[in-house]
Amino acid sequence: MIATFLIGTLLISTLLFFNKNTILNYVLVIGYTILLWILGFYEYNHINTIELEYFKPDALGVLLLFVMCIVSIPAFYHSYRYLSTHDETPRSRGIFFASMVMLISACSMAYISNHIAVTWIFVEITTLSASALIYHHRNIRALEGVWKYVFICALSISFIYIGILFLSLAMKQAGIEDMSFDSIMEHYDLLNLFWLKLSFLFIFTGFTAKIGLVPMYTAGIDAKDKAPAPAGALLSSVLMNMGFVGIYRVYAVVSHTQIQHWASVIIIISALLSIFVATVYMTRIKNIKRMFAYSSIEHMGIVMLGLAVGGIGVYAAILHIILHTFVKTSLFFQFNQIYRVYQSKSIYDVGHYFKYNKAGAIVILLGFISATAMPPSGLFISEFLIFQSLFEAHYFLILIVVLILLTMIIWGFGSNIFKLLFTPPMNINESRIPKINPIDSVSQYILLAMAVYLAYNPPAEFVNLIQEAVKLIQ
Amino acid sequence: MSIANRIYTYINILIFQGFILFGVAYFSLSEINTLNLILILLETIIFKALAVPLFIKYLIKRNKITREAEPYLPNFISLIIVTTVIIVTIIMSSSIDDKNLDKTYFVVALSNLFTGLYLIVSRKKIITHVIGYLVIENGVFVLALAVGNEMPMLVNLGIMLDIFASVLILGIFFNKIGDFLKDPDATFLRNLKD
Repeated sequence: MIATFLIGTLLISTLLFFNKNTILNYVLVIGYTILLWILGFYEYNHINTIELEYFKPDALGVLLLFVMCIVSIPAFYHSYRYLSTHDETPRSRGIFFASMVMLISACSMAYISNHIAVTWIFVEITTLSASALIYHHRNIRALEGVWKYVFICALSISFIYIGILFLSLAMKQAGIEDMSFDSIMEHYDLLNLFWLKLSFLFIFTGFTAKIGLVPMYTAGIDAKDKAPAPAGALLSSVLMNMGFVGIYRVYAVVSHTQIQHWASVIIIISALLSIFVATVYMTRIKNIKRMFAYSSIEHMGIVMLGLAVGGIGVYAAILHIILHTFVKTSLFFQFNQIYRVYQSKSIYDVGHYFKYNKAGAIVILLGFISATAMPPSGLFISEFLIFQSLFEAHYFLILIVVLILLTMIIWGFGSNIFKLLFTPPMNINESRIPKINPIDSVSQYILLAMAVYLAYNPPAEFVNLIQEAVKLIQ
Repeated sequence: MSIANRIYTYINILIFQGFILFGVAYFSLSEINTLNLILILLETIIFKALAVPLFIKYLIKRNKITREAEPYLPNFISLIIVTTVIIVTIIMSSSIDDKNLDKTYFVVALSNLFTGLYLIVSRKKIITHVIGYLVIENGVFVLALAVGNEMPMLVNLGIMLDIFASVLILGIFFNKIGDFLKDPDATFLRNLKD
């Protein structure tokens, strides 16, 4: 099935790239979505079976693959809406969809790969396809964004590669040849701890560019700002999940060895700094899209805290990353309509959104409540569980610092969102504001509702899969 | 390399490094199969030593980039920093006790890595950032050679990284940056911030 999927992806993206016909473009994208869903169900039914030697869909991979399937449908729909309002040529539309298909496929393959080198190759492909999406508008700002993104990502994949080399040194002493995650897991007690330490450090630093943590988070912010909003939604959700998978699989090996405590300290430092950086920018930021991007940085920091502390925190981290995917994509999809109303990203030019687009304004309000983890939102449950795990592990100081920082983030986020929703805008020409169709907001409502449903009334199968994934670490 | 003022000096050093890597790969990868060895040698000589440096030269001419490297810090301080880096890596590697690793490779690789990072942060021009990245790549390649006899797959992956990253960075974007602007310094790419 994976071979079929890879061949299908290559075929569809090549056809999308060269095709100029609108109908054929629709057919190809719908065909790809169906292929992706078939892959999702197939891997769910063949969980933990090795395919093509290098792929093994385990619980974590299958969960995130399903999340990808769900998010891909609104992503394609909003891409069409985006392109139809921007007078695109068939050529730029073809490049856009071809690279989106490549991005989604590369992320999916990285989720379910069972070999660190194969994961690494797909990380490279995501860099390539994401840069084509960021550079969609072909202007100087987009060029700056894509240049920074490519440069930092090139550095980050070099770092991951160095980490893989050190990992091979760690395995050399034990005489292990096979670099698949399964075989490393099996022989974790034979690994040389010094090389394993160095290897974890480099691989973690490399993946921070994808997941969006200190030190390499910077490139992702500019990328999400300059990429078209539907592409930005993918960059700040499924691509970040890919970084999470990479770190999770390496940390799973490390967590069984004696250096587990050392590794968790590294992760906690990086997570705390990420939340701190997000707080600093969120309290003074004036660009709505960048604000959403920084909010993702904050959530990834919280996820990493849960992962590092362990206990119930690992379960909560996986739950949190899934719910965050739904919430953040819905906010990014909604951003397109804000831009259509005000023709600006700056908080100074917007206001009274309730008056111009009621359905969209409610999405923004609900999205704000969800993203700040206030009680009716699903993220409240996962965040609460992470705080509980911090409390149980006696990390009181960290808990207090994080709570204070989160309060400041809620203040910064809230003051901008309420300005957007309720304060009257300055110098706005009301006759030029287009009428927004409420149907464009339907997918956002569904995504937000799913985030609530999965947190408060999770299906038994969903909980089983998460528990299965947690077993890798404990 | 850290104290050179003219960009052409940097390019000449890159060419030199490419030839050294060719020699090192030839002597150290003795147990690898012949076809793979030929591929690796061709990559070092054609790609690392000739194609990329010459392409950078062409870019500099075409985009009329000034030939000064424009460091942020005086050369004397750079010299001290880079020397310290090399000494620290030597001391660090002497504390490692592992018979599987040739320490020379380790020292060369790490000092190349840090020198490259230093070049990136201490120079104004984008082209010198790219050169810094290529220096890091060369360091990584040396490290790959250290484990290459047992795991040729990793060396091949390294070659893939080389080609992929260099083509992506140099081929597509530097060309475009040259099209947009006549003076491609890093200073103008400073609009995206908060």
